[in-house]
Amino acid sequence: MNAILVTVLKRLGLGVITLFVVSIIISFVFELLPGDFAKAILGQSATPETVAAFQREKGLDRPPVERYLKWIGGVVVGDFGESYSGAGSLGGSKRPVAKLIAPRLSNTLFLAATAAIVAVPLALVLGLLAALYRNSLFDRVVNVVTLTSISTPEFFVAYILMLFLAVKLPWFYALANVSSDTPFLEHLARIALPVLTLVLVTVAQMMRMTRAAIINLLASPYIEMARLKGVPPRRIIVHHALPNAWAPIANVIALNLAYLVVGVVIVEVVFTYPGIGQLMVDAVSKRDMPVVQGCALIFAATYILLNLVADIVAIVTNPRLLHPR
Amino acid sequence: MELEKMKHLATKGKVSRREFIQFAVTTGMTIAAAQTMFSKVAKAEPKRGGFARIGVAHGSTSDTMDPGNYLDTGTQVPFWGAMSNSLTEVDAKGNVVGDLAESMEPADDGKSWVFKLRKGLTFHDGKDVTSEDVVASFRYHMGADSKSAAKSLLEAVADIKTDGKETVIFNLSGGNADFPYIASDYHIPIMPSKDGVVDANGTVRSGAFTFEKWEPGVSAKLKRNPNYHKSGMPYFDEIEVVSVADNAARMNALITGELHWIGRADLKTLNLLEKNPDIQITEVTGYGHYVYPMLTTVAPFDNVHVRQALKYAMNREDIAKKVFFGHAAPGNDNPIAPGIKFATNPEPIYAYDPDKAKFHLGKAGLTSLKVDLSVADTGFTGAVEAGVLYQEHAKAAGIDINLIREPNDGYWDNVWLKKGWCASYWSGRPTIDWMMTTVYAAGAAWNETAWSNARFNELLVAARGELDEAKRAGMYAEIQQLVHDDGGVVVVVFNNYVEAHSKKLAHGDVAPNWEADGLKLAERWWFA
Amino acid sequence: MTATPTSQLAERAPTIVRASAGQRAWRALMKAPPTAWFGLVVVTAYILIAVLAPAIAPYPETELVGNAYEEWSEVFPLGTDQLGRDMLSRLIYGARNTIGIAFVTTALSFVLGGLLGLLAVVLGGWIDQVLGRAIDVLMAIPQLIFALVLLSILGASVVNLILIIAVLDSTRVFRLTRAVAMNVVVLDFVEAARLQGEKLGWIMTREILPNILPPLVAEFGLRFCFVFLTISALSFLGLGIQPPTADWGSMVRENATLINYGDITPLLAAGAIALLTVSINFIVDWFLHKTSGLKE
Repeated sequence: MNAILVTVLKRLGLGVITLFVVSIIISFVFELLPGDFAKAILGQSATPETVAAFQREKGLDRPPVERYLKWIGGVVVGDFGESYSGAGSLGGSKRPVAKLIAPRLSNTLFLAATAAIVAVPLALVLGLLAALYRNSLFDRVVNVVTLTSISTPEFFVAYILMLFLAVKLPWFYALANVSSDTPFLEHLARIALPVLTLVLVTVAQMMRMTRAAIINLLASPYIEMARLKGVPPRRIIVHHALPNAWAPIANVIALNLAYLVVGVVIVEVVFTYPGIGQLMVDAVSKRDMPVVQGCALIFAATYILLNLVADIVAIVTNPRLLHPR
Repeated sequence: MELEKMKHLATKGKVSRREFIQFAVTTGMTIAAAQTMFSKVAKAEPKRGGFARIGVAHGSTSDTMDPGNYLDTGTQVPFWGAMSNSLTEVDAKGNVVGDLAESMEPADDGKSWVFKLRKGLTFHDGKDVTSEDVVASFRYHMGADSKSAAKSLLEAVADIKTDGKETVIFNLSGGNADFPYIASDYHIPIMPSKDGVVDANGTVRSGAFTFEKWEPGVSAKLKRNPNYHKSGMPYFDEIEVVSVADNAARMNALITGELHWIGRADLKTLNLLEKNPDIQITEVTGYGHYVYPMLTTVAPFDNVHVRQALKYAMNREDIAKKVFFGHAAPGNDNPIAPGIKFATNPEPIYAYDPDKAKFHLGKAGLTSLKVDLSVADTGFTGAVEAGVLYQEHAKAAGIDINLIREPNDGYWDNVWLKKGWCASYWSGRPTIDWMMTTVYAAGAAWNETAWSNARFNELLVAARGELDEAKRAGMYAEIQQLVHDDGGVVVVVFNNYVEAHSKKLAHGDVAPNWEADGLKLAERWWFA
Repeated sequence: MTATPTSQLAERAPTIVRASAGQRAWRALMKAPPTAWFGLVVVTAYILIAVLAPAIAPYPETELVGNAYEEWSEVFPLGTDQLGRDMLSRLIYGARNTIGIAFVTTALSFVLGGLLGLLAVVLGGWIDQVLGRAIDVLMAIPQLIFALVLLSILGASVVNLILIIAVLDSTRVFRLTRAVAMNVVVLDFVEAARLQGEKLGWIMTREILPNILPPLVAEFGLRFCFVFLTISALSFLGLGIQPPTADWGSMVRENATLINYGDITPLLAAGAIALLTVSINFIVDWFLHKTSGLKE
């Protein structure tokens, strides 16, 4: 168990360094982007004087390194800075990044969690069944259906679902524009179609990996042995193959969970779901640096943590990794 | 279908009782039934009540309450149109009328304007609207530290002062017969002031609805203001303005009834939406126009014959038909919409004519031409597709247009005013002077053609201070002719505001000055 | 590894082996399941269409040949698009552009990611550490948004699109290569090669690569298809392939809203992508099955 603890601590330390490097890269790339907040907000009606006034007020006239150091200095003590844009419904004339991100993040996590609760077990079961009945009609049908669903662009899947399940058959909401005071059940009902879309686009990869990982093990001698002993196929797959297949499966699940948090901006746009992906895209196009940095850090942290969990699963399920030479 | 159309016209008072009944009888209806039907629709008096959900095509998490930075309908519709008032407003016929102002009078040959406020005006918090507030609201956009998009608009205002609690006097640096139009701009709502300073981020205004709740880029909720100064208005009890950027999602939400009104209907599928019996389309030709401006200081666009060759090489009819599905009027390289006072349609009309284009190329000493055209949908929606068509049209004239698709992001900053030829968009201005001064006058910050024509500039100033209508009309005709002949702008089309709503909503004439019924849909519409 | 006798033979008598290799391939093909056959036929057809596009397509790629949205007819077998270009011709040229771009991108990302992955494993030590951390950082940045930003900076040309997607995709290839090669590099035959003093390139290409090929090929099949999706997603967010070039990803995007009215136009391009994905993965599955050593 100690080995795991050491690994976890080491990885967390590395994670912090990764976050730091990510923030530097984001800052650097952002400086390369033409334009700044003032020009983006004023659009076609920008004049040199109004732009200069904006830059003075937001401190955009300071050198990039100075701005970055000021920002990262704040982050170290838990202050993520303020959005460049003025007050919203939050009162006052400032929008702290943390307050801006919090409700969006919770929306995103809620959507991701709901989609994962449906998608992960579904993918595992389908994968196991496909491995069990490999090369049967069932296997082929599942294969074709899932491949078709992942090879269709997300927004197109969303449109089709919207057409059939919201417009033709008015079962679900077409818009998922929830707000902080939406009741829980309505929230759930409103995200039905986004969840379905995400399930359709994520199940295939996890299911295929489950199937492949298990089939891969079926050729190994210990499975052969079990088969010769007359253990029924179902038992072989669940009790003999699966425990050793967890590492690659966990890895793919982690990747897909990270995708559910980080990569759903298109689903958010189509269903007008106020998630963090849309916040980041808006902030990028408006050059709202503190918000972009805040979102990027959250995304990076999500990715790092999920990968860590996947690796721990791999270690725990594989004694050889648990006790490295 | 036809009957529906007639009913609609009757609602709007566009057909008389007799015309309506005559028509209805031809469809096989009895006279009595037609009579009842007419009185039912024509007497559609505005009714109070209901919760209207309005879907706009814009909205971003970085939107702000500050009117100097209202960027698009995501903020304009809820926070100006519904929640605020300016001194004046433009009505459905394009005339400027008082809003908070009861009267406005020019003095000193239009160099000075005197506005008198209505009596008994209050802000949402009960405070009186005074001349002090008006002065502070204007000054907010004017100082050296102003971050307002309206700053250049108010550059001609030399000085504002109060004359008692209800009178405001604007002194301008030159005569301007159109100043009341400028006062109707959505950037300049009147806000409550304290010690001569307004809180631009405040949510207390004077408009038809009071602030409830706002999540930037998601939705804004507003409640009816019971003390509104326009009697009986507004009609809705409550409204929610929802930002739905995706075309298909907006249409679907209208069809499912989750939204009652949507802006920027998807033209691609409009003819199909029209078939839906519960949906009504509104369409007005606005002042807005889509252009491909060339920098007249940059070769080869510095040659007027090259400019004219390019003007003849575009088949605008084809673009209007295919890119805008007929919901746009082909341009003639005059940026003034036909509905605007003193507008003309200068000759010769730039109809598609590859031979004439070749002729002008020849006059420029060329037999063929290769030019870059930078486009992005930020320039205008359809700029890329229109560019593809233009490219095909121009081939017949020996002109090779190299289409460059620029990123949407940062377009106004990187491409516009910088690349020799690009796509751009003007939502239009209600007067010729305003439009020309903003975009075509020498030295104007947004002179996207870098055009400088001495005669034009001289006429522009002269016409602005001219109070004689006939003389003014003559000057404006020449001004438009000059832009048409010599200018560097290719006006592709004037776009229509195409919007759709559920038949549960009713409305009067739709104003053409901005989208969403002059942005004032919330106070002007009602539930039938 | 089972092929050792043949490869020894190969060094002495190449002519005989070529024939036998061909025969073996033929025999394998004959025994291939129908799904693999289906995949092979479809992929071959796609490649032929892509290569012969100018000869097959009834009209040029970008020419306006009719009115907007013409119905399906003898003149326009699949109707026309919004601007009046022939839909069938656009689809055919789309095959050429899309498959070409996707292939180059994926190949590039595999060369880059695979090479770095192998280097990391074989050299180990600080090189492995530095590469690993650098890739971690790249992967921690949201890919789609990062691609969007980079395209804004560099300009949305096809070359930039290919380079950016290839570099971002290569991170995953690196991780996969490293993970599978890690298990191989500790095996005795690699150790033996090292002791024999074989060169780095030899060890990487001759000893490790053949043994990690199956999972890489499987990944290639999926990655290849994901390139279409990335292009289509970028097009959704406003930056895709330059018009008037026809590519399936952008074609789905341009016509997507029509699906609401029962117009199946957008399904054509989406279907073309889906069919190719399914076919490629059928072939991949067959290949995996053959290399898994599972005898049934």
